Amino acid sequence: MALLQLSNVRKAFGGLVAVNDLSFELDPGSIVAMIGPNGAGKSTVFNLVTGIYGLSSGSIVFDGRQLAGLSTSRIAALGVARTFQNIRLFAFMSALDNVMTGRHARMHASLLDALVHTPSERQEERRVRERARELLAFVSLDNVENSYARNLPYGGQRRLEIARALASDPKLLLLDEPAAGMNPREKDALVALIGKIRDSGVTVFLIEHDMALVMSVSERVTVLDHGEKIAEGKPEAVRRDERVIEAYLGRADGAA
Amino acid sequence: MPPVLRRAGPFVLGLVLVAYPFLDRNNSHVDFLANAGAFILLALGLNIVVGFAGLLDLGYAAFFAIGSYSYAMLASQQFGVHVPFWLMLIVAPVIAALFGVLLGAPTLRLRGDYLAIVTLGFGEIVPQTFLNLSQYTNGPNGISSLDQPSLFGHPFGFSATPYYYVLLVLIALGLLAARNLQNSRLGRAWMAIREDELAARHMGINVTATKLSAFALGASFSGLAGVVYAAKLDLVSPDQFQFSVSVLVLSMLVLGGMGNIWGVVAGSFVLSFVNSFLLPQSTSLAHAAGFANLDFTNYRFMLYGAILVLMMLFRPEGLIPSRQRAAEFHEASGDPRLEAQEQAEYEGAAG
Repeated sequence: MALLQLSNVRKAFGGLVAVNDLSFELDPGSIVAMIGPNGAGKSTVFNLVTGIYGLSSGSIVFDGRQLAGLSTSRIAALGVARTFQNIRLFAFMSALDNVMTGRHARMHASLLDALVHTPSERQEERRVRERARELLAFVSLDNVENSYARNLPYGGQRRLEIARALASDPKLLLLDEPAAGMNPREKDALVALIGKIRDSGVTVFLIEHDMALVMSVSERVTVLDHGEKIAEGKPEAVRRDERVIEAYLGRADGAA
Repeated sequence: MPPVLRRAGPFVLGLVLVAYPFLDRNNSHVDFLANAGAFILLALGLNIVVGFAGLLDLGYAAFFAIGSYSYAMLASQQFGVHVPFWLMLIVAPVIAALFGVLLGAPTLRLRGDYLAIVTLGFGEIVPQTFLNLSQYTNGPNGISSLDQPSLFGHPFGFSATPYYYVLLVLIALGLLAARNLQNSRLGRAWMAIREDELAARHMGINVTATKLSAFALGASFSGLAGVVYAAKLDLVSPDQFQFSVSVLVLSMLVLGGMGNIWGVVAGSFVLSFVNSFLLPQSTSLAHAAGFANLDFTNYRFMLYGAILVLMMLFRPEGLIPSRQRAAEFHEASGDPRLEAQEQAEYEGAAG
């Protein structure tokens, strides 16, 4: 069964149709990329899946549950984590606290537990802190746990967002242009990291403009243009698809 | 600060404060400290709302009023109800917290300036309501002759000392609570909302409930301070809870360092000291020296204003800032080492 299933999803902002009649499925354990020119509606799809926007019509089913009408925090708790195109870390919190905050939905301490630091609360904090350190190491940010998120170098901030997203043990990880602003060496490391994330059992769905990265990391590619799916399949096939080439480069014969 | 001092500091300070009424027999000094204590409690509560959760509340005095009037109405001849003082220390914070939720529920979807304006309105409505419900509150005259607290059958009397000790205990508990909250799941959720509300939602944080908890908890500190303050003063009237009180408490936060618990304590102490000790004392000195028309207490607001302006100019992060505030104001250009690294990475990306 598909982990994420979009059926005839449509989103209009007034007269502007951002996503139109979009259907596709994500298999569990896969790495799928969504590509398309600027303004094709890719980020809108992420915002629909995470409940930032409501659907105009259609349905989104995650892990057997309808997501329509659920709040963003609820959807996050169900196991959908994400990173942002424009990094949205908690700037004036330490790297460690950022990751620990990512665990929020899986923690149980109540207001009263926090007030009096009950033994179970302390134990939970300790466990989560250890797990957060492991995750920082997982994204190669071992030595910065006390630095403010905003003081990390750019590539480090991107990786910290991934660690924060992984802290909730998500089933599905949405990466919104994870390679933006990275140098070639960092991109190679990112490809390896995405592979490791998938191997740990997390399904990865990414938006990316860097074609070399998309081709090397993803198993399937979905192409959007003007809010509609114009191609889908294995990376090599998509790369040769005429409609895709047209969407990116325009028509070869111009006049037609 | 060396770790030894960090550990021993609060302990030694606590000992000195416990011993203080025995060392200084001047009741007016203890009285001043007790009043300052009430404001420290207020500031600790407001710090949860403004410092931790980043919600600008300009009507915080309303909850102080609600706490005070709760005591005045439930522990006096006013209605012939006499709930014991100690029980009111639990009841009044709960009432104040309920009003915190009541104010919060419809308004917390507002952000920044808009929330500030609504809380400002609430801060005006509450004292006005107490003023106008004169059949219950005696209007401008307020409610007096409140029940005197007693401990093991010993009434508190007119000495400030018992109130001083009650406040000392409450502040110690308040400090502990604030510190525990800061390093907890809830504390991180508050700060996450302060930093980026949308990202906080994606962490599974229920933003509305989390903001409400900050409002309720902040209000409960205020309610607690209200009970002790009312009992100590033996009088509650609407003019004690004007907008200037909200501003005063907010100024204490700004002066001391928002978000830092010890900064908040220091800020409240310093402003209380100026307000109820330095100004009256220098006025009486001036009178003794023959300047009969000089009254420094009239310059109170000018002084607050000057302090705020000077702080903003020279030390915007407060006297004892939290790490976060210090960074906000002084690392604006970032850590030079990291910046060089970032620069190199950008160049790497370009090349």
